Amino acid sequence: MTAVRNETEIDIGEAGEFAGPVPGAGAPHLPQQPDLVQLLTPEGERVENAEYPLEVSDEELRGFYRDMALVRRWDAEATALQRQGELGIWASLLGQEAAQLGAGRALEDGDMAFPTYREHGVAWARGVDPLHVMSLFRGVDNGGWNPVQRGFGLYTIVIGAQCLHATGYAMGVQRDGAESAVLAFLGDGATSQGEVNEAMVFAASFAAPVVFFCQNNQYAISVPLERQSKVPLYRRAAGFGFPGVRVDGNDVLAVLAVTRAALRAAREGQGPTFIEAFTYRMGAHTTSDDPTRYRLAGEVEEWKLRDPIARLKAYLSRSGLADAAFFEGVDAAADELAVRIRRGTVEMPDPPPTAMFDAVHAEQTPHLAAQRAQFEAYQAGFEGGAE
Amino acid sequence: MSTELLDLPATRTLTIGKALNDGLRRAMEDDPKVVLMGEDIGRLGGVFRITDGLQKDFGEDRVVDTPLAEAGIVGTAVGLAMRGYRPVVEIQFDGFVFPAYNQIVTQVAKLHARSRGAVPMPIVIRIPFGGGIGAVEHHSESPEAYFAHTPGLKVVAVSNPVDAYWGIQQAIACPDPVIFLEPKRRYWDKAPVDTSATPEPLFGARIVRGGDDVTVLAYGPMVKTALQAAEVAAGEGRSLEVVDLRTLSPLDLDPVVDSVRRTGRCVVVHEAPVTLGLGAEIAARVTEACFHSLEAPVLRVGGYDVPYPPSKLEEAYLPDLDRVLDAVDRAMEF
Repeated sequence: MTAVRNETEIDIGEAGEFAGPVPGAGAPHLPQQPDLVQLLTPEGERVENAEYPLEVSDEELRGFYRDMALVRRWDAEATALQRQGELGIWASLLGQEAAQLGAGRALEDGDMAFPTYREHGVAWARGVDPLHVMSLFRGVDNGGWNPVQRGFGLYTIVIGAQCLHATGYAMGVQRDGAESAVLAFLGDGATSQGEVNEAMVFAASFAAPVVFFCQNNQYAISVPLERQSKVPLYRRAAGFGFPGVRVDGNDVLAVLAVTRAALRAAREGQGPTFIEAFTYRMGAHTTSDDPTRYRLAGEVEEWKLRDPIARLKAYLSRSGLADAAFFEGVDAAADELAVRIRRGTVEMPDPPPTAMFDAVHAEQTPHLAAQRAQFEAYQAGFEGGAE
Repeated sequence: MSTELLDLPATRTLTIGKALNDGLRRAMEDDPKVVLMGEDIGRLGGVFRITDGLQKDFGEDRVVDTPLAEAGIVGTAVGLAMRGYRPVVEIQFDGFVFPAYNQIVTQVAKLHARSRGAVPMPIVIRIPFGGGIGAVEHHSESPEAYFAHTPGLKVVAVSNPVDAYWGIQQAIACPDPVIFLEPKRRYWDKAPVDTSATPEPLFGARIVRGGDDVTVLAYGPMVKTALQAAEVAAGEGRSLEVVDLRTLSPLDLDPVVDSVRRTGRCVVVHEAPVTLGLGAEIAARVTEACFHSLEAPVLRVGGYDVPYPPSKLEEAYLPDLDRVLDAVDRAMEF
């Protein structure tokens, strides 16, 4: 009965990227092969990579720590708020902070990003107010930010659909002769979708200035990566005709360097790049999910040792770039943020019911206008305690 | 092969979700060609746990955790069906069926006709549908009209554990492709299910409450709403006859026509937007068949013609018993 899953028959390449199967766990362990770009080891040692030199100021380094710590605190607060009934659902980014902040900070002002539904760290980097993300998960709206103004599309829940939009947007950038690039976010599961593959075909054919940033967090809800791909994801790019690179997704510096380089190449007319940020979803898929049904606690423990924030903290401390007062300051800022998010979420008013009729069309139709009026009259019938 | 069901009493109280699970299990025991496919249906048991435990008992070849690709799920089901299997695929949420829409409309629905009957398409496409669970976008859709409009497909919607238990087995046994709609907000509703009974035919409507004043038609999650409305109406001296349509394509309107000829009034309820929804087709057919008996036009209660709203507004969007009664009032006053 195991014919479908026989790993031993599959040639996965010379490096043996997938370690031997762990009973009960599908995710491969962190690859040790040389093609994983890393600038900061899990122990917080700074290492160089000749292909990806990184110029980053001390202030920026401290900024990355602050960003990641604050976003993690936001994430924890949102999870708590969901448990308390204040959100319908929450998709946690725990463990993916470096991938998201590294990629988000690589973007420049004129660039455009197309997120999935988990890119809270990128939203943060683009200056989106966390409450505008919370309103989506509270069921108040479908995201409160202006995608055009923020250079950050609305969250896309249908898996992979945004990748085609990113490619199309990049084709527009190309026609405008603009010096900007587009960053399309996707997950490991999305790489199986036809639309994602079509996005890559179009991007390659037109040399569109788009970078596909895939956070391989090892699971599509319960389904491990091996069911989506028998080759490392970054190698798929070669088949489409553009470069693919795998970066340690828990290393914010490496993600920054790799994404910057890819976006620069796109802006310079060199076409797309596929980045596989190798990371791990430390939490559940969403608050509706129970990961104990499909993965072992030991696997999570193993990934804790590669925590993206702990390694940057170790580096900052060891190199004398930040002292205890700095970290205390970040903690205090995180607490303040959590209070603001909690209060803002709990006090968020429900939208008026007529809001659902507004903005359905650019030009309201007589039919819908009449339906809206009927709805208002019907609702008014309940006012005054008739119900 | 599991014998789990053999040890249980014939009649047991089941939720809709568990009835589906038991029905799937029995279908798999009865026919080794039945193969389940979908996202997260194996080890996780599906996001609603409808397939819970089935991979453990039937193995990974028969309960397949697929790649995350709906077109792939339905498209490969076509090939499996051609090879003699009976694929039962799960689309995780209604709003995720659209990547597979091409396969469903251009291939699943047409292959039997294109091959002049040489290629059977005994595929069941299970879709949890409808709103009311406080979900984010694309998790609360009612896409039934798209499928009912497509020749070659059969479309059913269950409303209770008995129909869930038998319906899924009948859909699997059906030689034609069946879109099998499951009312996700009612998954936890319970009722006794007699698993030794003789089931009613899959493609038939059923009168679930007798009445004289108005015929109320519903299916899936709205059957419960219609019954609640009938209960309240009874307290106000109004007698509603409630029909669970059960099958949306083909429609079984014979009992409906008989009912409307008696009551002279008809209200159709569904969550889907009213414009070009099932209610429109039903209104046309009931009007043709009952023109001289009608005391009022057939009225429709459904979603507004807007995208399914954020969950804070879904209560205002979804038909509830007040809206059903409002339509009943209008029909009576006509």
